[in-house]
Amino acid sequence: MLILECPYCGVAADETELSPGGEAHLVRQGPGSSDQELESYLFGRKNPKGVHFERWRHSYGCGKWFHAARCTMTLEVFATYSAQTPVPPKNVINAIKAKRPDWEGWT
Amino acid sequence: MSTRLANGGRLLNKSRALSFKFNGRNMMGYEGDTLASALLANGQVMMGRSFKYHRPRGVVASGGEEPNALLGLGEGGRFEPNQRATTTELFDGLVSASQNHWPSLEFDVGAINSKLSRFMPAGFYYKTFIHPRAAWKHLFEPIIRKAAGLGAAPKDRDADRYEYTYHHVDVLIIGGGIAGLAAAKSAAAGGVKVMLVEQNAHWGGRAPVDGAVIDDMPAQDWIDATVDELSALDNVTLRTRMMGAGVYDHGYVTCYERIADHTPGDGRPRHRLWRIRAGHTVTATGAIERPLSFAGNDIPGVMLAAAVRDYAVNWGVSVGDRTVVVTNNDDAYRTAIAMKKAGLDVPAIVDARPSVTSALAQEARDLGIRIAEGSGVAKVLGGKCVVGVEITSQAGEGAARETIACDAVAMSGGWSPVVHLWSHCGGKLIWDETHSHFRPDPDRAPLGDKGQAFVTTAGIASGAMSTVDVLTDAYAAGKTAAKAVGGKATRKGAPKAAAEDEQDMAAVWLMPQGAGYDLRSKTWLDFQNDVKVSDVQLAAREGYESVEHTKRYTTLGMATDQGKLSNINGLAVLADALDKEIPQVGTTTFRPPYTPISLGAITGEARGELFMPIRQTPMHDWHVDQGAYMEPVGAWRRAYTYPLKGESHEEAVNREVKNTRENLGLLDASTLGKIIVKGPDAGKFLNMMYTNMMSTLKPGKCRYGLMCNENGFLIDDGVVARIDEDTFLCHTTTGGADTIHAHMEDWLQCEWYDWKVYTANVTEQYAQIAVVGPNARKLLEKLGGMDVSKDALAFMEWKDGTLGGITARAYRISFSGELSYEIAVPANQGRAFWDMCLEAGEEFGLMPYGTEGLHVLRAEKGFIMIGDESDGTVIPQDLGLHWAISKKKEDFLGKRAQLRGHMTDPDRWSLVGLETLDSSVIPDGAYAVEAGTNALGQRSMIGRVTSSYYSANLDRGIAMGLIKHGVDKMGDVVEFPTIDGTGSVIKARIVDPVFYDKEGAKGNV
Repeated sequence: MLILECPYCGVAADETELSPGGEAHLVRQGPGSSDQELESYLFGRKNPKGVHFERWRHSYGCGKWFHAARCTMTLEVFATYSAQTPVPPKNVINAIKAKRPDWEGWT
Repeated sequence: MSTRLANGGRLLNKSRALSFKFNGRNMMGYEGDTLASALLANGQVMMGRSFKYHRPRGVVASGGEEPNALLGLGEGGRFEPNQRATTTELFDGLVSASQNHWPSLEFDVGAINSKLSRFMPAGFYYKTFIHPRAAWKHLFEPIIRKAAGLGAAPKDRDADRYEYTYHHVDVLIIGGGIAGLAAAKSAAAGGVKVMLVEQNAHWGGRAPVDGAVIDDMPAQDWIDATVDELSALDNVTLRTRMMGAGVYDHGYVTCYERIADHTPGDGRPRHRLWRIRAGHTVTATGAIERPLSFAGNDIPGVMLAAAVRDYAVNWGVSVGDRTVVVTNNDDAYRTAIAMKKAGLDVPAIVDARPSVTSALAQEARDLGIRIAEGSGVAKVLGGKCVVGVEITSQAGEGAARETIACDAVAMSGGWSPVVHLWSHCGGKLIWDETHSHFRPDPDRAPLGDKGQAFVTTAGIASGAMSTVDVLTDAYAAGKTAAKAVGGKATRKGAPKAAAEDEQDMAAVWLMPQGAGYDLRSKTWLDFQNDVKVSDVQLAAREGYESVEHTKRYTTLGMATDQGKLSNINGLAVLADALDKEIPQVGTTTFRPPYTPISLGAITGEARGELFMPIRQTPMHDWHVDQGAYMEPVGAWRRAYTYPLKGESHEEAVNREVKNTRENLGLLDASTLGKIIVKGPDAGKFLNMMYTNMMSTLKPGKCRYGLMCNENGFLIDDGVVARIDEDTFLCHTTTGGADTIHAHMEDWLQCEWYDWKVYTANVTEQYAQIAVVGPNARKLLEKLGGMDVSKDALAFMEWKDGTLGGITARAYRISFSGELSYEIAVPANQGRAFWDMCLEAGEEFGLMPYGTEGLHVLRAEKGFIMIGDESDGTVIPQDLGLHWAISKKKEDFLGKRAQLRGHMTDPDRWSLVGLETLDSSVIPDGAYAVEAGTNALGQRSMIGRVTSSYYSANLDRGIAMGLIKHGVDKMGDVVEFPTIDGTGSVIKARIVDPVFYDKEGAKGNV
């Protein structure tokens, strides 16, 4: 059972306090988008073995959504950060690179 | 035959005799006995029959790894199958019974399977699935079903209670042997919070049995002193009868405490499941002795050497008078020596090693025990008990050199560290050539949230095989653990043990090395699942190369064994058959729990009334007092109908819906979701949430709205009221309140976080009562305080005020087509307002109605219900709700998705009303078919019923359904085949879904 630190209230929260929300940093495709863009937005997901960016909600806590950068293989958590950012912040990228020098980087 | 010795039994309190039953026979034991030791003391070696061949099986081990002695314990509400006799503490009045035999343990019909074993090889089940098919169904299956299987499932409700507890600790140490105690000492010295748990009732593990000397004291004295020392520390918690069951992500550990298994009915919970968050976990879980693979190694009386020693030293029980010891290592010599010292006969130690010169061997020789070097057992003689062994040369093919009469065989194939907990969460293993076992690789530990190792092994669980190494390793493990959680390092040294001079073991995977098929097909690897050496070899020949596949094909290590006894021997045989090294073959996956834990412990308190929290409206008690039939709606309980005395539910519903249309109905609508959306951008936000335009709604007005997800599908509906310029109140469905609130928050927090909007779920802050029917206005006027006339409060308007002196907000909205008001009052006034309505409404013919009445009334008007007309694949356009989908808005959730080709496909099923030709009620969910078949050869399907009721107001069945091209086929008749087996077909005409008061006159008053 994972522990993720909620960046809003600072609580090291057990997974039972949290709700998962899938992949982070999806870009919404509304009217005007192509069928391919819509399909990728609705259904295309990365599912990497290694570094991944996810959405979580502190449902049974402060209620805030946040993002987590995590290794899907070792379950190491590199950082948790605000959900109100379209791409991972620089310090999060740096934290991951420090731990995973071979990581191909945010794409 | 096994018996109680005059002396010995360090765990026994011989001043307290206990009586118990086995298969109806009365037996006696002592306090401190396990059920297994007490059975042996009563001469009962055979304790069950095997799973597949029903071979007689005796107890093999003395701990949790026991594969055979699984018994049914207790009676009635305390009956539980498959309980290990070896870990069951004896208590007065215990009732036990052996399993897996018919008609009796001594005489078993199913044992014929053993004679037929040649026809039941590995994968027998899979093979018979293929051919001949008829033989499986009519011949094999009935016989196997009757004969196979472990214990029977309990029939009565569990009489005991169980509980969970949650715990946070810096260092959790699992295993209270000398390694766990040493680790606890050094971890505690680091000043951190330590918890030490031991699965047995006693501390110290097997060190006292093995005669270890620690810090110049006999092991038991050192253990007692250490436990006293640890007990006195404030930062240490000690618990016995508590097993580490599983290790999970980020330091989460479950432990299983057997509180009252040995004191049933004393009022305490029987089991407690501990859910522990540990900063660092130390597994001091010891090791398990491996059996040796020789023919007849499953005959009752053949046991692990250490178990034979345990029974003698711990419980003063001899397994036999003449015990032959068979080994490939030094440790088994301790058993021979212990037997001899207890005054029993040890005719020979059969040692596979060509030459044995260690101190232990010398001690055995000095006691006059004969050592047969370079030798092995060709086969064990006997059926239900051991009568002798044939000795052969280990290097040969099994020609008997001599036969030795004996009634017990103590075998030892070496020791395997218990790596289960280490492996549960990803710890990796390395193969130790010297000791022929897998041990934890400290460089590849389970990793925590920061990438740190969060488990350290201690003692023999690390692969440290001598007492000296065990204590050094364990003490260091405690230090490591304390340091990992920020403790200080102690400078004190580890406890010192007296050195033991042992000779290296020899790897022996088959005895004798060249055993022929006859011997191999009677050489058991897995006693519980009846897997023999020949089965694993057959699997390898048939192409099973993966150890995981071989496990499933042969059932090796399945069920309760989980790789404890059978694992390494099976892997070695497989590796040999595949001509690979053992580490190349690898191990199967270790999964929690370590040994089975009770379903009760997993359930905890969550049963009966506490199974799940129930949400209750302020009027809940009135409904219950009234005798309402309550139904679950989400976590709520709502009144389905209020039957009068002697009335059926159907009759009650019919009365309620007629009365509501003719006089006055009252509905508890408090469960409807109520979400306040507030802020300068609230209108803009709701325009995205709903398919309709909400920003243009005027304060004081209401609008019905639909919500879709980004995939375009309808997810919720409800009436939105604009309270003021900045504030909206959104009603959701009962089940949708929490999810829709979460859905709104998701979009607000993650997508439009710069919009100035707040939401609040105020569902439980208000009681909401629907006053419905021709007399609705009369009732409210009688209560007084608010002008609810047609002009003052028009349809789809709301107004604040008081009614009968209670602060109220009246919405003039209708889910029935009648003149209808929904009155929201503060939740704590809900019951008072409800009671007031009941009293004042009497003269207007008021009757409460329930959720079924609500459904019938809405269906009569063709109103959709989320979850009936929608199912996650339906878009609003399917339901003819185009009028509620804004064409002016550039965007709303789901708009883009609804433009996809298959969403605009004219072949989509569309909502229509259905009237049966004979006025009957179509079964809900019935499918409409047309002539022809689809690509799979099934009848062509053209639609289905989404709602179906008997309408008392119309005295006929009414239904709604989704039908292909439905709206273009008004007046057509479609067929719905029934599934009652008669082949009959219900015919229904496609009609407008509004069955009642099409012009809406009744609400327009």
